[in-house]
Amino acid sequence: MKPAPFVYHRARDAVGATRLLAELGDESKVIAGGQSLVAMMNFRLARPRHLVDVGGLRELDYLRTGPDGALRVGALTTHHTVETASDERLGSGFAVLRAAMEWVGHLPIRTRGTVGGSIAHADATAEWCLLAVALDAEMVALGPGGERRIPAADFFQGYYTSALDPDELLVEVVFPRPARYAALTEFAERRGDFATVSTVVALDLRDGAVHGGRVALGGVAPLPVRSPEAEAVLARGGPAGPELFTACAGAAAAAAGPPDGVSGDGDYRAALIRELVRRACEEAVSR
Amino acid sequence: MTDTAPRERQLITLDVNGERHELLIEPRRTLVDALRHDLLLTGTHVGCEHGICGACTVLVDGAPARACLMFAAQAEGARIRTVESLAEDGELSDLQRAFTEHHGLQCGFCTPGFLMLAEGFLAERPAATKEEIREVVASNLCRCTGYQTIVEAIDDCAARRRKET
Ligand SMILES: Cc1cc2nc3c(=O)[nH]c(=O)nc-3n(C[C@H](O)[C@H](O)[C@H](O)COP(=O)(O)OP(=O)(O)OC[C@H]3O[C@@H](n4cnc5c(N)ncnc54)[C@H](O)[C@@H]3O)c2cc1C
Ligand code: FES
Ligand code: FES
Repeated sequence: MKPAPFVYHRARDAVGATRLLAELGDESKVIAGGQSLVAMMNFRLARPRHLVDVGGLRELDYLRTGPDGALRVGALTTHHTVETASDERLGSGFAVLRAAMEWVGHLPIRTRGTVGGSIAHADATAEWCLLAVALDAEMVALGPGGERRIPAADFFQGYYTSALDPDELLVEVVFPRPARYAALTEFAERRGDFATVSTVVALDLRDGAVHGGRVALGGVAPLPVRSPEAEAVLARGGPAGPELFTACAGAAAAAAGPPDGVSGDGDYRAALIRELVRRACEEAVSR
Repeated sequence: MTDTAPRERQLITLDVNGERHELLIEPRRTLVDALRHDLLLTGTHVGCEHGICGACTVLVDGAPARACLMFAAQAEGARIRTVESLAEDGELSDLQRAFTEHHGLQCGFCTPGFLMLAEGFLAERPAATKEEIREVVASNLCRCTGYQTIVEAIDDCAARRRKET
């Protein structure tokens, strides 16, 4: 199908974009890579009257590591830029981001789709949303009143719903701490599809022993969630090996709850969670 | 539905296969429709219009992209290449010949998309392994060949290019 008519505006800079959004009101939308929005417009699931194109704002296309150990990702950085980033650009503690990109759609999607677009779109199974929750990212939003920072725990609010106001532009995603021993893995019906279930595990690993860690799950709730039960197992600690990882995976699966539908969905999901969390633990250690 | 935005046209300039074109189009014109309907470059095909099939794959500044998931206006300032740019003086390119030799097409509907996907991918990764080629080929859909011959065509083309340099 073809999209409904709209008026096209090209933003000159980030501040200009937010000014335009505020002026144009509710029926305006930002377009970045367009890899979610154009598909929705082609199907008329979205019909904004105004599009504010931020795709040309090269100043929002960057990966910066700082002395504080944080990684700052400009909102317009594409999935493919992260996928092909060198160690120097990414910092050794963020290799998990690069490795995760192979799960995001396919190459021609990754060359256009952006980190900021993924996070603003807030799909419960999107890899970037899951990484943001697992690694405690902070979203930097620019609005008419200036900048504010929103922690991942407050940013995602439900199906395709984020804390961004309609006149706010997501400008940067900050990953505060290196996650040296971390991995994302998932199951999708076909390679490149959105995941049925996905997980990120980040281990606090010293001298072959686990001293805590984080476990986040995608596809099990309207937004990506942490698994406190699985994290409690990691917090008790122990040698990095099958025993601990199986216990951690079991806790994640048990807590993901009773079947959500009439079919065997719940059991199937629990089995996926168990296997995926275990694999992610093992991959995280092998980094 | 009357509550739509005004249907204004907009003047844009597109750089396609090294030529500059001025187009007066509605902003909702996707790149693939601008190529096919306004520039009459019908080599680029269109299937699903939501990014799944890859029939519309073109190169945007050298990188493979879905022309159905871009508005033509977003492509202003970028260099676009379509399948029409591969052959020179009526002579098929090495990649196109490899597709012929390996029976990488049957009906041919998907072929322009696969060719541009492979062209962009090999430019970035000339040393791609067969496994990596399989992975990239999974980006697009083909209902005829079963993909094996497409993988072989791309792999063979890459190997020959490596030998030449
Ligand atoms: C075939 C296919 C397969 C895919 N598979 C996956 C997958 O497996 N995993 C995955 O994560 N994604 C997948 N995607 C989606 C892809 O990752 C998109 O790139 C991403 O969801 C959106 O990024 P974008 O830059 O294209 O945003 P757009 O499509 O331009 O925008 C998406 C939404 O975010 C808003 N927005 C964009 N940027 C900003 C900003 N800076 N500030 C405020 N709001 C903003 C827009 O207004 C819009 O509502 C797939 C897409 C396709 C077509
Ligand atoms: S028509 Fe563009 S991907 Fe199918
Ligand atoms: S050759 Fe027919 S769809 Fe690929």
